Amino acid sequence: MMSAMPRPATEPRPNARPIYLDYQSTTPVDPRVLEVMLPWFTEKFGNPGSVTHAYGREAEAAVERARAQVAELIGAEAREIVFTSGATESNNLALKGAARFHRDERDHVVTLATEHKCVLESARALDREGFRVMILPVGADGLVDLAGLEAALGERTAVVSVMAAHNEIGVLQPLAEIGALCRTRGILFHTDAAQAFGKIPIAVDAMAIDLLSISGHKIYGPKGVGALYVRRRPRARLVPLLDGGGQERGLRSGTLPTPLIVGLGEAAAIAVQEMTEEARRLLALRERFLAGVRAAVPSVRLNGDAERRLPANLNLTFPGIGALELMEACPGLALSTGSACTAAEVEPSYVLRALGVSDELGRSSLRIGLGRFTSERDVDFAVDALAAAVGRLQGPPLKSRSGAAI
Amino acid sequence: MPPLAYLDWNATAPLRAEAAEAMAEALRRAGNPSSVHRWGRAARQAIERARAQVAGLVGAAPAEVIFTSGGTEANHLALRGVGDRRIFVSAIEHDSVREAAPEATTIPVTPEGVVDLAALETQLASDARPALVSIMLANNETGAIQPIAEAAAIARRHGALFHCDAIQGAGKIAVDFRGLGVDLLSISAHKLGGPQGVGALVAREGVALAALQRGGGQERGRRAGTENGPGIVGFGVAAELAVRESVSSAGIAELRDAAEAALSAVAPDARTFAKSAPRLPNTLCIAMSGVAASTQVMALDLAGIMVSAGAACSSGKVRRSHVLAAMGASPEEAESAIRVSLGRSTTPAEIEQLVDAWTALYRRTRSAAA
Repeated sequence: MMSAMPRPATEPRPNARPIYLDYQSTTPVDPRVLEVMLPWFTEKFGNPGSVTHAYGREAEAAVERARAQVAELIGAEAREIVFTSGATESNNLALKGAARFHRDERDHVVTLATEHKCVLESARALDREGFRVMILPVGADGLVDLAGLEAALGERTAVVSVMAAHNEIGVLQPLAEIGALCRTRGILFHTDAAQAFGKIPIAVDAMAIDLLSISGHKIYGPKGVGALYVRRRPRARLVPLLDGGGQERGLRSGTLPTPLIVGLGEAAAIAVQEMTEEARRLLALRERFLAGVRAAVPSVRLNGDAERRLPANLNLTFPGIGALELMEACPGLALSTGSACTAAEVEPSYVLRALGVSDELGRSSLRIGLGRFTSERDVDFAVDALAAAVGRLQGPPLKSRSGAAI
Repeated sequence: MPPLAYLDWNATAPLRAEAAEAMAEALRRAGNPSSVHRWGRAARQAIERARAQVAGLVGAAPAEVIFTSGGTEANHLALRGVGDRRIFVSAIEHDSVREAAPEATTIPVTPEGVVDLAALETQLASDARPALVSIMLANNETGAIQPIAEAAAIARRHGALFHCDAIQGAGKIAVDFRGLGVDLLSISAHKLGGPQGVGALVAREGVALAALQRGGGQERGRRAGTENGPGIVGFGVAAELAVRESVSSAGIAELRDAAEAALSAVAPDARTFAKSAPRLPNTLCIAMSGVAASTQVMALDLAGIMVSAGAACSSGKVRRSHVLAAMGASPEEAESAIRVSLGRSTTPAEIEQLVDAWTALYRRTRSAAA
């Protein structure tokens, strides 16, 4: 057997693709997922609605199998899963659908300032429709203030929406506690689990979750597909966003994209098998990354709670260094400043602002997302590249200036 | 087991091999098209290339193409995104149009399944409030092609916006966005050899459209959500191939006409819907009188032939077709109609298989009746 010499991490990689450290933005499709998807694009192309013939029926069976695979990962029943075009649609459907259904008796919607844009924009649309929308602040650690949330809830609150794991700062919200607060008051609890599904354990019953949004492309499945968990007992009722052919029990019309749904199902099935072990591995890599950066750049700050966060996420501020310059100085790394949806904006992240981070520090912040295909060597290379770039951008002497400028 | 003959192309068309190949490659690459780094930029470039390809299919500018999750969403974005307007839809529209605007006024159609332009004129003249007219390019059940350019001209004269659901037409007949003079046009990828889960709304530059799905502001704020990059790439490839191969539809029409002639010869009492209307070259909607469509579909399925009893949408329920009802068909007639739809790889042998199985069923039911 050949054994390659270990390569020093700083060795130039002229022909290599940059190391991908943006797994919260999107993930590559796992080759195992792709393999399962491919036949459904070509020879098994039927419309799952065409149950009068064999092509349609085999597609329908594949969709139902995927539905069960997705349900298993969150302890739900298969028939509680509604397939959508992605987490943005799931979040729009959950918030607008639940609020509009209960409009007559409940007209109050509660969410957090740090939610994803598609939740905040859905809330804004409801506000224009006459709902009372309450957007609660978070602590400096990015976590919800449970006492503040409880105080905000009332008899006319229809739905509470809180993200399970944050896309920029990785923090994990106390879902079971929020769910309990909502359930006793008859309020629907929606959680945007696009970043959490398949990464951390979620149990819809134990956490009293009524609606839960899922994305395919955040868990090594394809883009263009997602799901919404809709509780049946007690029933979470929704007004659909898309009407038409009546697919998905009338909650979401439109031809079901069988290959994408099969891919989402397979990605969920892999997560059921591997999530625990993968989380352990990624946590070790994250700690290695953080320790490495801290050793080289002592002034670095971690945004978001250090313990209650996704195993694979870091959000780091490098005081005195512009994040854009830092990214430019690291051509071997694929990095981002935060949410990809707004990545092209020069504005500092509204999420970091909500944590009380100044705009100046916000502009010095990077999101690091590790994932299934990140190796220890990748981490070491990235830490060295970041440290070297910070050194170049700060100019010597590194240590004496750290923290002094801000 | 008999050889399989897929004759349900209007429900979904098999993915083109070239599209599958391009998608498989795109699926192997990571990268969120909104990310600034090079993987993100590569994904963005692939989407913009596909946008130009899709625009090319209908003669629009790339910036006028908004990618959606499919035809249903494109239709909803058109009908619900134009703001507060009176809405007029034809009586034969797909459910995704009819249900997007449940309070719409219905424009009647002729017994041949073609929209009644005089009625549209009268309806629009009766009320001067801002309006939107939505008429499909070609009907999914009968294949009847609608006089879109004329209807759009009427709408324009009355200051109304015009939406055309071109989901069944695009890829089967030439579509000229500017020539038709429409403001909004819906397309679906999987009806023309692209993947399921992708579609587009083409919106003329200058038409104000409010997003239905809000969030990260993708598609210039008109449709939020991470773009389905590989799906869009597949859509683009299929669109380009449809443009290149548009000449080949003559062969499909010949096969369809042969099927129609053979079935009508066997069963002189069979009715072909929209027979004398301009029709999609691939679609045949025919009623075998006295035999339920579900019986025909099942008998044909046993013989390896896949057709449908109308639209494929709602989990197999065979409902009475609102399209055939609008054309004045009796309930008995509508309930005995099947849809046969051909595609680019349909062979004469498949048509022969259909004719044989249909003939056998016809003779069986007639001898049972006698």
